[in-house]
Amino acid sequence: MMPRIFTYVVHKAGAIDDSAAELAAAARKIDPIASPTALVAGWGRHLDAVCAALRPYYAEVWKIAGENFSHPNAEWIRKALVKVLPPGSIVLVPHDHFGIDLSPGLSIKLNAAYVSDVLGIKGVEANDLKVVRQEFGGQISAHVRCDISSGAVVTIRPGAFEPLDSSPAEGVIIDKSCAVGTISAGRRYLQTLLAEAGDVDITKHEVLVSIGRGIQDKENVAIAEELAEALGAAVSCSRPVVDAKWLEKSRQVGSSGKTVQPKVYLACGISGAFQHLAGIKGKPFIVAINKNPRAPIFQVADVGIVDDILEFLPELTHKVREARGLPAK
Amino acid sequence: MEILVCVRRVPDTSENEISLNRAGNDIERDELVYSINEADNYAVEEALQIVAKAGGNVTVVTVGGEDDEEVLRREMAMGAKQGVLLTDSSFDGSDGRCIAAILKAFVQMGNYDLILTGVQAEDGAAQVGGMLAAMLDYPFASVVNGIEVLDDRKLVISREVEGGNKEINETDLPCVLSIQTGINEPRYVGMRGIRAVASVPIQTYGAEELRLDAGHVGAAAAKVKRLDYFVAEVGGGAEMLDGDREQNVEKLVELLAAKGGLK
Repeated sequence: MMPRIFTYVVHKAGAIDDSAAELAAAARKIDPIASPTALVAGWGRHLDAVCAALRPYYAEVWKIAGENFSHPNAEWIRKALVKVLPPGSIVLVPHDHFGIDLSPGLSIKLNAAYVSDVLGIKGVEANDLKVVRQEFGGQISAHVRCDISSGAVVTIRPGAFEPLDSSPAEGVIIDKSCAVGTISAGRRYLQTLLAEAGDVDITKHEVLVSIGRGIQDKENVAIAEELAEALGAAVSCSRPVVDAKWLEKSRQVGSSGKTVQPKVYLACGISGAFQHLAGIKGKPFIVAINKNPRAPIFQVADVGIVDDILEFLPELTHKVREARGLPAK
Repeated sequence: MEILVCVRRVPDTSENEISLNRAGNDIERDELVYSINEADNYAVEEALQIVAKAGGNVTVVTVGGEDDEEVLRREMAMGAKQGVLLTDSSFDGSDGRCIAAILKAFVQMGNYDLILTGVQAEDGAAQVGGMLAAMLDYPFASVVNGIEVLDDRKLVISREVEGGNKEINETDLPCVLSIQTGINEPRYVGMRGIRAVASVPIQTYGAEELRLDAGHVGAAAAKVKRLDYFVAEVGGGAEMLDGDREQNVEKLVELLAAKGGLK
């Protein structure tokens, strides 16, 4: 028999995260006739709003209410889920900063298999769930087999599954709060500090010259700045550039940086990790320039050039200045 | 404070083009450049900065084989006091859960206040730290990009959450934290530093010393197994400009003009 499938619904201020409909789609790929159950933890009117909004999508919504869940602290939520989940369940969680906080430990406590950052589901044969993952920053894919005989915790890459339309359900909300009982955890949420605004707001620009690890050195950032100046664009970047302190955090595009919606995005020496791509919205025209022909950025770009940006960009700058009638530098 | 940092030697994705081997069952491993997993290196640096302020020692541990000693020595050259290699043929084929079980056995032989891992390695699984914490019943926090020692029982930590925001938590010790890249600026390690620790013995433990039951580690215990590698074509793929540099620049300027990039 197919195990029961649960999806963990992330929400914020009473609104359901996009991942919820994607998890429902992933559940359907595991079991085409699945009727997954939504798991929601939270507190107060926000939680009630989320549960109500989930009813059209799910036959059952399991509600876990508690003041400790008013902020999504994975340490508390893990302990709650361990108390309510039936043995052998498959639990789907989004692969984001919450999912990777919650899920590995949850799999241990449920004595279930753990497979993370899943992009594709091939199906179930006997006790094996077969999935598609990526390794090496998306340079290569892998088929992975996961033994689900004692259940599984599976994290799903955001954006990898087409969200499922609402099926006409009138789901019931089942309050599981009592089953949770008293729990305590050694980690306590204090506050959230909002990201500092930078000198340039990259979210307001129509053209971005975005640089990655391929820029190689802080001194080379000027090469990108010169191109940006010629184009009337701003310079943004991927995570390694911020890690190396070559640009401010406010210039970072990605799930842990800014979400941008330019018309044109020049990805220069950027490999194209999914966390970076998650920050690019509105389907811009993407140009990728990278030395590595295997870089995953070429799979999502409109135009690709295999070249060293340190040599290519200065020539591009020169031609752009010519085309726009700007004096040569 | 006694700090244990779990590290791994991995093919360096910034130095390598990863491709399928001829048989199609593995990546091409000839001529791969290996290094310390990037996030693990940040974790070691963070541990060194903590003991510089609060006192104590940093131990680095890895599960693997002889080849992995080089990353232990590299981290010892940075300042880790001791390198530990957990190695046994029965560990072969371990999944993340088995690796966590092996590390747990080692942790229980010592007395660590804080255990750090990198946020993820080359397989992107981001799993071992959280599993280890659960096995030990220690608090866990992932994607940590700031640590402040409150006293010998508590830390205040910052987690990297969406949009570059920071989620601040207080956590009891002992705990396990997975460290995000960019938390600090790892110190440079030169050849001289590596030579200086070349003769420091690496402690080595096998399944027996760790009192690990063969049924709990290795291929037989693994619930998760990679079947193969393959090259996926995601999306339509880019139109590749394949002229010489001058032609590509010219063509790109035309395209940018057409797409509104040259207003």
